[in-house]
Amino acid sequence: MFGWEFPPHILGGLGTASYGLTKGMAMQDDMEITFVIPKPHGDEDQSFLKIIGACNVPVVWKENTWDHVNSRLGNLMHPDEYFWLRNGIKYDFNRIHTNDLGCIGFSGRYPDNLIEEISNYEAIASVLAHQLDFDIIHSHDWLTFPAGAFAKQISGKPLVIHVHATDFDRSRGQVNPIVYGIEKRGMDAADHIMTVSDLTRKIVIEKYHQDPRKVTTVHNAVDPLPDADSFTKTIRKDKIVTFLGRITMQKGPEYFVEAAYQVLQKTKDVRFVMAGNGDMMNAMIDLVAKRNIADKFHFTGFLKGRQVHEMLAQSDVYIMPSVSEPFGISPLEAMQVGTPSIISKQSGCAEILSHAIKIDYWDIDAMADAIYAIVKNPAMHKSLQELGRNEVNNIRWQDAGLKVRAIYESVM
Amino acid sequence: MKNLCFYFQVHQPLRLKRYRFFDIGQDHYYYDDFQTEERIRYLVNQAYLPANRTIAEMIRSSNGKFKCSFSISGIALEQFEQYAPEVIDSFKELAKTGSVEFLAEPYAHSLSSVLDTDEFVQQVKIHADKIEAVFGKRPTALFNAELIYSDEIGEIVSKMGYKTMIIDEAKHVMGWKSPNFVYSHSYISKLKLLVRNHKLSDDLSFRFSSLSLTAENYINWIASMPEDQTLINIGFGYEVFGVIQSAQSGIFDFLKALPYHAMEQQLNFVLPSEISKKSDSAGNLSSPYPMSWVGNDKDLTPWNGNDLQHEALTKLYAVGERVRLCSDKPLLHDWLMLQSTDHFRYMSHKDPSGSHYESAYDAFMNYMNVLADFLERVDTQYPTTIENEELNELLKTINHQEEEIKNLEDEVKKLKAKKPKVVSK
Repeated sequence: MFGWEFPPHILGGLGTASYGLTKGMAMQDDMEITFVIPKPHGDEDQSFLKIIGACNVPVVWKENTWDHVNSRLGNLMHPDEYFWLRNGIKYDFNRIHTNDLGCIGFSGRYPDNLIEEISNYEAIASVLAHQLDFDIIHSHDWLTFPAGAFAKQISGKPLVIHVHATDFDRSRGQVNPIVYGIEKRGMDAADHIMTVSDLTRKIVIEKYHQDPRKVTTVHNAVDPLPDADSFTKTIRKDKIVTFLGRITMQKGPEYFVEAAYQVLQKTKDVRFVMAGNGDMMNAMIDLVAKRNIADKFHFTGFLKGRQVHEMLAQSDVYIMPSVSEPFGISPLEAMQVGTPSIISKQSGCAEILSHAIKIDYWDIDAMADAIYAIVKNPAMHKSLQELGRNEVNNIRWQDAGLKVRAIYESVM
Repeated sequence: MKNLCFYFQVHQPLRLKRYRFFDIGQDHYYYDDFQTEERIRYLVNQAYLPANRTIAEMIRSSNGKFKCSFSISGIALEQFEQYAPEVIDSFKELAKTGSVEFLAEPYAHSLSSVLDTDEFVQQVKIHADKIEAVFGKRPTALFNAELIYSDEIGEIVSKMGYKTMIIDEAKHVMGWKSPNFVYSHSYISKLKLLVRNHKLSDDLSFRFSSLSLTAENYINWIASMPEDQTLINIGFGYEVFGVIQSAQSGIFDFLKALPYHAMEQQLNFVLPSEISKKSDSAGNLSSPYPMSWVGNDKDLTPWNGNDLQHEALTKLYAVGERVRLCSDKPLLHDWLMLQSTDHFRYMSHKDPSGSHYESAYDAFMNYMNVLADFLERVDTQYPTTIENEELNELLKTINHQEEEIKNLEDEVKKLKAKKPKVVSK
């Protein structure tokens, strides 16, 4: 598998989904997974798969002693592996800048020279394709599509790609032609395409002109939260309604503010929290001030790790008014800690949740109504809480893993 | 000789319009007239009118031998009056033939029989009044909303003077017993129970098309039943004719052929009140807990099975006593309209049959907003700070003030009449 992120060092939902899916698939006894990421940190959980760091794979033949390699890479991989991988160098990649080991430096993030990193990733794929023994190639998201396609070309093994998001989701339709090109070529080269929701599947079919027969939806799941009970809710006079995510156009923060304004016209015992960071944050602060609700509307800034679950657990309502969300894992996380969720119909997770309130992202009236109903009706809160938690606990990665397996078998 | 007893339920709820929380206290009109009218017109044209015509023809062609009964909810009657008065005329025509019986039911098609006994009694009464006013005959048999029945309900119904009740064939009540006899209440023998034959009813209402049923086969099935089973009760929603089973399925032709084949096999058609008067009870039926005619469990869970439904019903019926003290007509009307079982059915997660809402939550939110406004109105009329009993006393005083004033005036007159004598003395 080619990926870009893997926990614990993640930047977005892709890492979480990669982890969950591989862990769910590893429950099948005869499944061996090698997961390639640009830059591992050495603290990844490798109990159920093997991680190869692209920055440790030689693409240019350099003579090095065992001891030197050991001192350089010993904490990340066995030196023998380095020498064995080095035998897979069949092409001349001297044009790429490499270090003393013949390896390429990767940031593993989303830097300005992302396109260059993506093509360097292809070089890594060529070495791995020659040297590793595998039955299928699985590429996660557009960053790894070229690598996957190249590996397929070399090895002749089937390529399955996993679309976690498309550029149409990220840009509200204003696609970047370079990104679109990479995505489209990857999809064309793939033997099968998996999408995280029917919504994404539709985009892949309609905007990328893929044959519907080779596109299948495999909904994401959510990792069980072992310490779900450790997150408690403080009893407060005011109810808390939370928006949590990047404050960007894609997430629809302005609709949340407008709904908050409506709710506050009718009742005063509700507070609204906007957690996260993003390019629209200042605009939102302005809007809140303009609506004259700043005394009831709070910004927390960026939250991470345990703080996220704590914030969710403290809330009475979680709301995700995304304009376009390929899947959207956070409502599931909110429901895990017993917080009722309101989600937009334009998010992929709406397809698999029935104990969440679904509204159109632009329908501020409906959003406000749902918030009001949950904070004012204990029965509503309780139903959503209990039935929602049960529902989410039954959405398991191993079931997604079985679906992926079936797709593998159909292309092998 | 076997007897066939048909009963058809006619009910449609007033659909609520989209009512947001910011409408609470602002807007006191709760109904989506457009949706209601469209729905009722559709049913009238597809089902009720053609079915009534067919039944009229059946009665004519069988010289009045074909008989059947109807349970039309008060809410449905109101909708006909408003949107399709021709349906009322058509039922009146049927009533004139004498082959049709109209059954009583709680006016609002409500769950009041289990949640608010006083309300139930009152609704049955106003429904019977209405049926008598429209069709000229007061019902003596009762078809409770959703065929809800328990020993307790039976007792109340019997006290109101009804002699017959329709119930459903529920395994936990019937046990090994066949539905094809007349039964009676577990301890009030004069209340007869007619048990709906579940299989034969569903064969017609749900499986007619898939079974490719013919009138001949259907009648033969019934005729071939054991000799001693003499009463077959068949009942379902009237919209089966023409909507659930479309006209194209041949359901109307099936009906038209029914009397002929029945007579050929010497089957008789009877009305509920008729058969229960004629026959002796084959035994008692005991139902300590309420049962209904929906689902496999035939209990109340389709309307009161989850937290949402429970909350809505509790909030609604908590004000029952108070609302009955009111005399504000629009308020009383809304009170009835908000009680239809349908509103609560839509809040079911498992089986929201007929729901036009996206989810149980959606139905609950909308209903609770409406209810909040309704409760506010009740509260404005009679603030909750006054206890019901106190309120009752106050109301008595107010209602009787005219009389009281008159009495006092009379007294004053009398005294005045006496006084001059004293003065002149």
